Amino acid sequence: MHIPDGFLSTGVAVTTAAVSAGVIGYSLYKSREELDEKSVPLLAVCAAFIFAAQMLNFPVAGGTSGHFLGGVLAAVLLGPWLGSLVIGLVLLVQCLGFADGGLMALGANVFNMAVIGCVLGYFIFYGIKSVLPKKRTYFLAATGIAAWLSVFLASGVCAVELAISGTSPLSVTLPAMLGVHSVIGVGEALITVVVVGLVLSVRPDIVRTYDYQPSIPEFEEAEVGQL
Amino acid sequence: MKKSRKSLYIFIAAGLALAVALALFVAPWASSEPDGLEKVAEDKGFIEAAEETEPAWEGSPIPDYAMPGLDESRPALATAMAGLAGTVGIFLIAWGLALLLKKRGDKEEVDTSGGLPVRE
Repeated sequence: MHIPDGFLSTGVAVTTAAVSAGVIGYSLYKSREELDEKSVPLLAVCAAFIFAAQMLNFPVAGGTSGHFLGGVLAAVLLGPWLGSLVIGLVLLVQCLGFADGGLMALGANVFNMAVIGCVLGYFIFYGIKSVLPKKRTYFLAATGIAAWLSVFLASGVCAVELAISGTSPLSVTLPAMLGVHSVIGVGEALITVVVVGLVLSVRPDIVRTYDYQPSIPEFEEAEVGQL
Repeated sequence: MKKSRKSLYIFIAAGLALAVALALFVAPWASSEPDGLEKVAEDKGFIEAAEETEPAWEGSPIPDYAMPGLDESRPALATAMAGLAGTVGIFLIAWGLALLLKKRGDKEEVDTSGGLPVRE
């Protein structure tokens, strides 16, 4: 869903860039208190995994492919603020290093995939999680639903941006974008649930949003001791 | 205590190995069909808007996930090498950035507490 240069009007590019800059700025501010010995390496490996996974386009119906976005994965593992930094960094590297997504459209791409896909995706996940029983299975269900919705909503917002830019009318683009991304979202949900499930079975303590069991206090003490 | 830290680094190493393996061995065989947005742009007739626009940034070292010099003769290898460079590169950049942000936070915590580190 990386928007290339040429699709967006200056107004849409500037507005989305301003909102994205605000959210990323807030995330950078929050990162000071959220980064610890555990989350630094987790953030790095999360960024590397999402970058690699985004290269794996899988076929969906009718000569179209889709790929993983990772917004909800990052949010569930790291929380919305560190998560949006991961997605923002992946988008920046893709844009500057790999010519994937336009530089003028970077603000819109960060808005769609980090602000909607990760931060809003987190609050959707959090909302679903809080009404479900506190069990691992339901935690993964909330993860999957939020992952699907994050892609679905991001594609809808993308269609709105194209419409406001005068590139393609909403009545044409919105159903088309939502339609194809409702299928791509299934892939997103599957990958997110499998990866979160895997991490939960190995190291549940590093999943920031998984608060169903006491964390390991010895680890915190060990960190303080080493500082 | 030591064990928990060690197992964290094993976990991180395994995660990075998985990401590198995906980039090296799966990415070259990924679907090359247009993605959701590109396909909609083609079908609804606005893909030209991008094709006719000069990109604002043309300095990408590895354009379109194909390592330059290899893209003609060995396209699969070009993709694998691009994936390897990107995955390892972003791992290092993210780690460095996180350390930088963390360090800044630690320093300010110390400053505001009159020299004593405070933890929530």
